[in-house]
Amino acid sequence: MSFIAKPKINHPDMPKNALGLTARQYEGAMSTLCAGCGHDSITAAITQAIWELAIPPERIAKMSGIGCSSKTTAYFVGNAHGINSVHGRMPAVATGANVANRELYYIGVSGDGDTLSIGLGQFAHTIRRNLDMLYVIENNGVYGLTKGQFSASADLGSKAKRGEVNSFAPIDPVLFGMSLGASFVARGFSGDKGQLVPLLKAGLMHEGFALIDVISPCVTFNDHEGSTKSYAHTRKYSTQVISADYVPRAESITVTYEPGTAIPVQMHDGSTVVLHKVAADYDPTDRSKALGYLQEHRAKGEIVTGLLYMEENRPDFHGTVNSAATPLVNLPMEKLIPGDAALRELQKDYA
Amino acid sequence: MQETQPSRINDFVVKLANVNGTGSASANGLLMKAIFRMGVPVMGKNFFPSNIQGLPTWYEIRVSKDGYVSRSGFVDLMVAMNAETYAKDVAEVRNGGYLIYDSTWPRDKALTREGVTVFGIPLAKLCNEHFPVARTRILMKNVAYVGALVALIDIDLGIIEQLLREEFASKPKLVDSNLQAIKLGYDYAKQHFPCPLPLKLERMDRTAGHIMIDGNTAAALGCLYAGATVGAWYPITPSTSLMDAFKMFCEQYRKDPDTGQRNFCIVQAEDELAAIGMVIGANWAGARAFTPTSGPGISLMSEFIDFAYYAEIPTVIFDVQRTGPSTGMPTRTQQCDLLLCAYASHGDTRHICLYPSNPEECFYLSVEAFDLAERLQTPVFVMTDIDIGMNDWMCRELKWNDSYRPDRGKVLNREQIMALKGPLQRYVDVDGDGITYRTLPGVHAKGAYFTRGSGHAKSGKYTEDEVEYQEVVDRLLVKWDTAKKLVPKPVLTGSGRNKLGILSLGSCDGAVREATDQLARRGLQFDYLRVKAFPFGTEVQSFLDAHERVFVVEQNRDAQLVGLLKLETVVDPEKLVSIRQYSGLPIDCRVIVDGVSESLRKVVAA
Repeated sequence: MSFIAKPKINHPDMPKNALGLTARQYEGAMSTLCAGCGHDSITAAITQAIWELAIPPERIAKMSGIGCSSKTTAYFVGNAHGINSVHGRMPAVATGANVANRELYYIGVSGDGDTLSIGLGQFAHTIRRNLDMLYVIENNGVYGLTKGQFSASADLGSKAKRGEVNSFAPIDPVLFGMSLGASFVARGFSGDKGQLVPLLKAGLMHEGFALIDVISPCVTFNDHEGSTKSYAHTRKYSTQVISADYVPRAESITVTYEPGTAIPVQMHDGSTVVLHKVAADYDPTDRSKALGYLQEHRAKGEIVTGLLYMEENRPDFHGTVNSAATPLVNLPMEKLIPGDAALRELQKDYA
Repeated sequence: MQETQPSRINDFVVKLANVNGTGSASANGLLMKAIFRMGVPVMGKNFFPSNIQGLPTWYEIRVSKDGYVSRSGFVDLMVAMNAETYAKDVAEVRNGGYLIYDSTWPRDKALTREGVTVFGIPLAKLCNEHFPVARTRILMKNVAYVGALVALIDIDLGIIEQLLREEFASKPKLVDSNLQAIKLGYDYAKQHFPCPLPLKLERMDRTAGHIMIDGNTAAALGCLYAGATVGAWYPITPSTSLMDAFKMFCEQYRKDPDTGQRNFCIVQAEDELAAIGMVIGANWAGARAFTPTSGPGISLMSEFIDFAYYAEIPTVIFDVQRTGPSTGMPTRTQQCDLLLCAYASHGDTRHICLYPSNPEECFYLSVEAFDLAERLQTPVFVMTDIDIGMNDWMCRELKWNDSYRPDRGKVLNREQIMALKGPLQRYVDVDGDGITYRTLPGVHAKGAYFTRGSGHAKSGKYTEDEVEYQEVVDRLLVKWDTAKKLVPKPVLTGSGRNKLGILSLGSCDGAVREATDQLARRGLQFDYLRVKAFPFGTEVQSFLDAHERVFVVEQNRDAQLVGLLKLETVVDPEKLVSIRQYSGLPIDCRVIVDGVSESLRKVVAA
């Protein structure tokens, strides 16, 4: 970690977003993670994505559980509410908050331990409900805060810092999410901010559960030879199949796309996400084909990245249960409490 | 036919022994409702198995002109419909009592007992002759014994007819077949037995202004009237019907008439861990949210419960207690989670618990639970049990004051946030009552703060500093003292000047009241204090101080209420005499009368 905080001064020439805010105004507390931690790069990418989308800070709710990754919600958008709950249970807290107030942008940040071990059940059920939230997994294959145990995403045969070999097959959050019917699945790499920022923007604007698995090397416990989550390994074996562009509403009308290589996806707010085919044989709109491709390439040891699957016309949880368009927290109590006359009337059934 | 009992009008117990899954519940409900409609106080208790079909189930109806609501501990008339339990059922009837059985098949040896008059009615045969469909025959057998009881204990037939018409308003054919079955039993009894029996009903007017309702339904109504919008739960006996009722009420009262959209949201969670997480998330966001569960659910929720305690997030939890430990007996009652809820989870934690004694109080205390949770920004447990939660109790009609405004506690609104001089100091005790100001997400960026279960300073920032940590946990104790003043006060019955006291809570109330009446007839006067909440206020301490001996009545093995008193008050433990029932059956007054008498005898002997 760094011990010297950057002064919070806005230079007049700093670029401003549509709300007139600079990117610095979307920053949070100083990170306490190790220098070079992949998570800090993701924090920077999230900050940039939110700034570019010009989301008002009070419309953001930051959700997390426990672990190195879960600490990072304190490190972006300091003037947004955040809740750092218990290990593996962030999805439940996010569900409750979202149910109560559907007008916020829910950003959940989790890790591979928080999501794939202790929290696997809640993760699965939140996908199933298609809860409208961005769910970022900062995936480093290792438990950092408890000093280097393998996590459930560690690859078979990968080596720990002291040479121990992992003998259990991994849970791949992308394959897991795809098979459970997640409506938005992407994978990025903390070392590739250029790819990650549009993924985050698309995920934030997606109406439903947006899962982004980000390989995020742990410089202290899992960045050595023999690790499959190191910077070097990820750079060497990752290939992007779909690159995404986020086109805001104002610009989306004027852009034209070359058919066959680009798939424009209309978002609910009128903006567009354009999926560019880097791999010609990859179809991000066909779940079973995409799943087959991902399984095949995983078997070869490749790390497939990009916006891997997207489905924009499925109702989120609120749509499914037909809850009020007005956030429940904004409904006046007079509307919620039936009153004395109704109580007298209904008790006739009990007399 | 010998008559061994003097006339017993409006004061007896009918117990019905059935096989579950045969439709007996509706027949027994009909019976009880008819008695209620005759203006006679009545109480029904259902002892049912954790099973869907085929196991023994009992329904006990106590007719009590004096309005006693607990079990009497006696059975005057047994309807023995389950051959498997004949032996047990006949043994339970008190001398001079009656037993009805289905005489379609030869009389079982087990049914012979001196001092019990046995009536055989060929219920199956009668129904088989009258109804062509097999399932109908099974169901109507139950209705037919109701018909026999109409004749035997003099139930108003007109009321039975009226209730059937109400029940099957949309299916008139069912009214006819049910009435036929009633007539079958009625005619048979009239022809073969001396109707009515000495134990019988007579119209009274003691049920006007009352309703028959179970505690889970009443608690759900409380949630509706508290303005709760979010319910998250995982199905668990015996709390399930609470959420079922909440859903029913919400579908009726919370659907937008124009759009059909729901002004509420119920989430059936994947487990109790998720259910409580959702409730905490929703409360954090500013909704009134709750979860109903039972003991095993509380165990699973524990980690989250003290997150809510330490991060200071309002949370309402209903614990409809069932028999533990482990899976225990899921359909049998106990008050076995008193300690579990009072101190749920790791670290130094103490939680507010409310103890309704009947469905009526379930309604009012549910509303109060939300007010307390938001006022004190902490978890609040509403602790009922199967006896209260799932049995129909005769209660006074529920009242509502339209001037009620929910107490949302110290939540800064937009204007107040904008007026803040610096960043929100989330955990600073401005008012000296230990309760600090919170903000809700989505209101204004200036009000933002970071909620955490990790060590935090009063500003809300992360800390591992010993002074900053301790300042916050010490302030939580100040809040606990405030809670003592805000929670519902205990109820004192008696002059307050007696040397002997009884202290109890929750569903023991009826049995304690009946026991004190009986003991008074023996010349023993007691003051009775019923605690309605934890933490205990000064009234509990004063009561302990003012009495030489205090009998503590509760329904668990380990005397958990005694334990709580020892931990939370200053009392000579020798003063406390524990009286407990924990078999899974609701407590009856005999346990208390016997326990008290025994203890006093020992004192005299010593």
